[in-house]
Amino acid sequence: MSAIATAEHPEHLAHHFDTLEQQAAAAKLGMWLFLATEILMFSGLFLGYFIIRMFYPEMVLEAHEYLSKTAGGVNTVVLITSSFTMALAVRAAQVGDQKNLIRNLIFTIGFAGVFMVVKYFEYSAKFEHGMLPGKFYHAWDHGYYIEGLPHIFFGLYFCMTGLHGIHVLVGIGVLTWILLRAKKGEFGPSYYTPVENVGLYWHLVDLVWIFLFPLLYLVR
Amino acid sequence: MSDKSKGSVAPDVPATEPSFWEADKGLASWLFTLDHKRLGVMYLVSTMIFLFVGGAAALLLRTELLTPEGDIFSATVYNKLFTVHGAVMVFLVIIPSVPGALGNFLLPLMLGAKDVAFPRLNLLSFWVYTLGAMFFLYTLFAGGLDTGWTFYTPYSSTTGTSVVSATLGAFILGFSSILTGLNFIVTVHKMRAPGLTWNRLPLFVWGIYATAVIQILATPVLAITLLLITIERTLNIGIFDPAMGGDPVLFQHFFWFYSHPAVYIMILPGFAIESELIAVHSRKHIFGYKAIALSSVAIAIISFLVWGHHMFVSGQSELAGVIFSFLTFAVAVPTAIKVFSWVATLYKGSIEFNTPMLYGLMFIFTFSIGGLTGLFLGSLATDVHLHDTYFVVAHFHYVMMGGTIIAFIGGIHHWWSKMFGVNYSEKAAKIGALLVFIGFNMTFFNQFILGQQGMPRRYYTYLPQFQQQHVLSTIGAYILGAGLLWTAIYLIHSLRRGEKATSNPWHGVSLEWHTQSPPIQHNFHGTPVVTSDPYDFPEIDRTGETDRH
Ligand SMILES: [Cu+2]
Repeated sequence: MSAIATAEHPEHLAHHFDTLEQQAAAAKLGMWLFLATEILMFSGLFLGYFIIRMFYPEMVLEAHEYLSKTAGGVNTVVLITSSFTMALAVRAAQVGDQKNLIRNLIFTIGFAGVFMVVKYFEYSAKFEHGMLPGKFYHAWDHGYYIEGLPHIFFGLYFCMTGLHGIHVLVGIGVLTWILLRAKKGEFGPSYYTPVENVGLYWHLVDLVWIFLFPLLYLVR
Repeated sequence: MSDKSKGSVAPDVPATEPSFWEADKGLASWLFTLDHKRLGVMYLVSTMIFLFVGGAAALLLRTELLTPEGDIFSATVYNKLFTVHGAVMVFLVIIPSVPGALGNFLLPLMLGAKDVAFPRLNLLSFWVYTLGAMFFLYTLFAGGLDTGWTFYTPYSSTTGTSVVSATLGAFILGFSSILTGLNFIVTVHKMRAPGLTWNRLPLFVWGIYATAVIQILATPVLAITLLLITIERTLNIGIFDPAMGGDPVLFQHFFWFYSHPAVYIMILPGFAIESELIAVHSRKHIFGYKAIALSSVAIAIISFLVWGHHMFVSGQSELAGVIFSFLTFAVAVPTAIKVFSWVATLYKGSIEFNTPMLYGLMFIFTFSIGGLTGLFLGSLATDVHLHDTYFVVAHFHYVMMGGTIIAFIGGIHHWWSKMFGVNYSEKAAKIGALLVFIGFNMTFFNQFILGQQGMPRRYYTYLPQFQQQHVLSTIGAYILGAGLLWTAIYLIHSLRRGEKATSNPWHGVSLEWHTQSPPIQHNFHGTPVVTSDPYDFPEIDRTGETDRH
C-alpha cells in the first residue's frame, strides 16, 4: 500500500502516465494497432480486386496495359527511397543528430511530393482518355476499345490508388508536423516516439504501394 | 488495514477533494473534457437519447402491425421505420453503449489508472461518434433510408432513398468504434496498477478487452465495405451491382465478415457486465475465472470464421455452408462455458435480489433463449425454413435486447451510485425490472412461433391468422416501452432527490469501489496497489467448511 506521487515530471510526460517509458510503450502499441486496422482496410480492396480478376481475367489483362509502367515504376523507386530517408531520420532522432533529422525529413517530404506529381500526370492522362471509373468510363469516345467490362478495372484502379494517394497526402501532413517540431528541437535520445510512429506509418504507405504496383501495373 | 481478506488496497484519504462533476465548471469543460469519466457520462446520455429514437420507431412499427392490413403507414414508410430502428439501435446504441459509457467510465478506475492511455483520442472518438450520428439524423430528414440496416446490394445501389449519407454515417461511426477499441487495448496493456496482473483483472475488463480486439480487427473491413458501396452508388464501378458486372454476394461476404463479429462487439460487453453482477451480488467468488476470461478471447477469434451462416440461402457452396455451420456450433461452446460458470457462481451463494441482480438473472434467462435459438439458425436444414422469418427477429432481439441491453441496464444500476453519487429508489427499480421482463418476453417469445409458422420479417401486412400473436407482441412492446420509460424517470429523479450514496454500497472488491462516489478527477489519491483478485469477498470462507468458497 503506497501512494507515490512522482516529484519531478519530465517535460513531455502526460499527467496520466507514470514514466516516459510507459508513455512511449503505449504510443508504440497504439501505432501498431492502428497499422493493423489500415492493413485490414486495404485488404478489403485487395480481396475485391482478386475477385474481379478471377471473374474477368482477360479484361483485367487487357485494361492494365493502359497503365503507364514507367510512371508506376518511377513511383515505386521514389517511395522505397523515401522509406530509406525516413529510416535515416528516425535513426538521427534516436542519436540526437538534429541536422540529419531535419535534412532527412525534408527529403522524405520531397519524395512524397514527387510521388504525388507523378500520380497527377498519370491521373490526368486517364481522364483525357476517358478511362474513368464506372459509369463515367467513355474511353471508346477517344478511340480505345477494351473488351469486356473495363469500367470495373478502372473503378478499382482509382479506388485503390486513390485511397493510397490520400494516405500519401496525410503522410505529407504528419511529416511536415514532425518537421516543424524537429526544428524547434523537441526530439532527442530521450524523446523520439512521434518521429518513430510517423516513420512506421510512412513505411506502411510504402508497403501498400509495393503490393499495389505489381497487382495493377504488372498483370500477367 | 490489516484485514487480510481485503483484496485491493487504495489509500483511504477523507473525501475532501471535489468529485469529477465539480472539478471543472461550464459547458466547455464538458465538451472538450479529456476526463474518461465525463466522456463516459456523455456517451451514456447520447446512447440513451438514441435508444429513445430507436425505441419510438419500434413502437410505431408494432402499432402498424396491430392489424393484418396496412393502416397507418405505406410500405415505404414502414421500410424506412424498420431501417431507422435497426440502424440506430445497432450503430448508435448497442455498439457504443457499453464500451462508450460504462467502459470509458470504469476501465481506468478498475485498472487503478488516472485515465485511458490516449485521453485526446478518446475525446476525438466521442466527437467522431457525434458526427456520425449527425449523418444519420440528416438521413432521417433527407427522405430516410429503406434498405434495412444491412444495406444489401443491388437494392441499396438502386433505391431512391438517402443511402450515401447513411453509409457515410456508419463509416464515420466505425472510426469512433476503432479509436475506442484501440485506446482500450493499449490502456489494458500499459496502464494497469502495480500488482494488477492479467489474472487479477475484473472480468468486466476482460470482456471489454475482447470486444476491443474485435472492434479493431473487424471494423476496418466494414469501413472499406461502406466506402465501396458509397462509390458503387455514386460512380457505379460495378463491384457489387450485377447490372454493372459486379457480384452482390461479394457484398454479403464483406458485410457479414464485419457484422457477425459485430454481434460479439455487441454481446461481449453484456457478458462483461454480467460477470460482475453475478459475482458481486451473490457474494461468492466467480466460478471459472479463467474460463470466463479466456472464453471471451476464444469468442473473439472464432467469431471471425462464422459469417457464412448468414448466407446459407445465398447460393454459397454447400461445403462452405457445412463448414460455417460447424464453426457456428463451435462458437456456442465458449458462450455456454460462460453461462454455466455464472450459474455455478450462483450455486450456494447468498444471492441478494436487488435490482442489479434481478437484471443479472433476467440476462441468464433471456440470453440463454437467444443463444440456443441461434443454434436452430446455425443448422443448415432448419435455417432454410426459418431464414428471414420472425424466428430470426425473435432470436436476435433475445440476444441484443435480452442480452446486451438488459445487462447494460443492470450495469447502470450496479454502478449508478459510483457514477452519480446518489441512490435510486429500489422499489421503483423493481417495478421497472418487472415491466421490462414481462414486456420483453411478451413481445418476442411468440415471435419464435410466428416465424416458425411462416411469418416473414420486414412485412407491413400479413395473413389474418397471425393477428392474435401480432397483437400480443404489440401489447408486450408497449409494456416494455413503459418499463424503459419508467426506468429513465426514476433514475433521472434520483439525480435530484436521491439520497447520497456511500463509496462502496455492494462491498465490491475491484478498484472502482476503492475511491469515493463519484470519483475525484484523478480517480485515486495516489497509485493503488493490488494484492489479490477482484472476487475475493471478505465473507468468503476459506476453511472450506461451509461451502462458501
Ligand atoms: Cu452471425
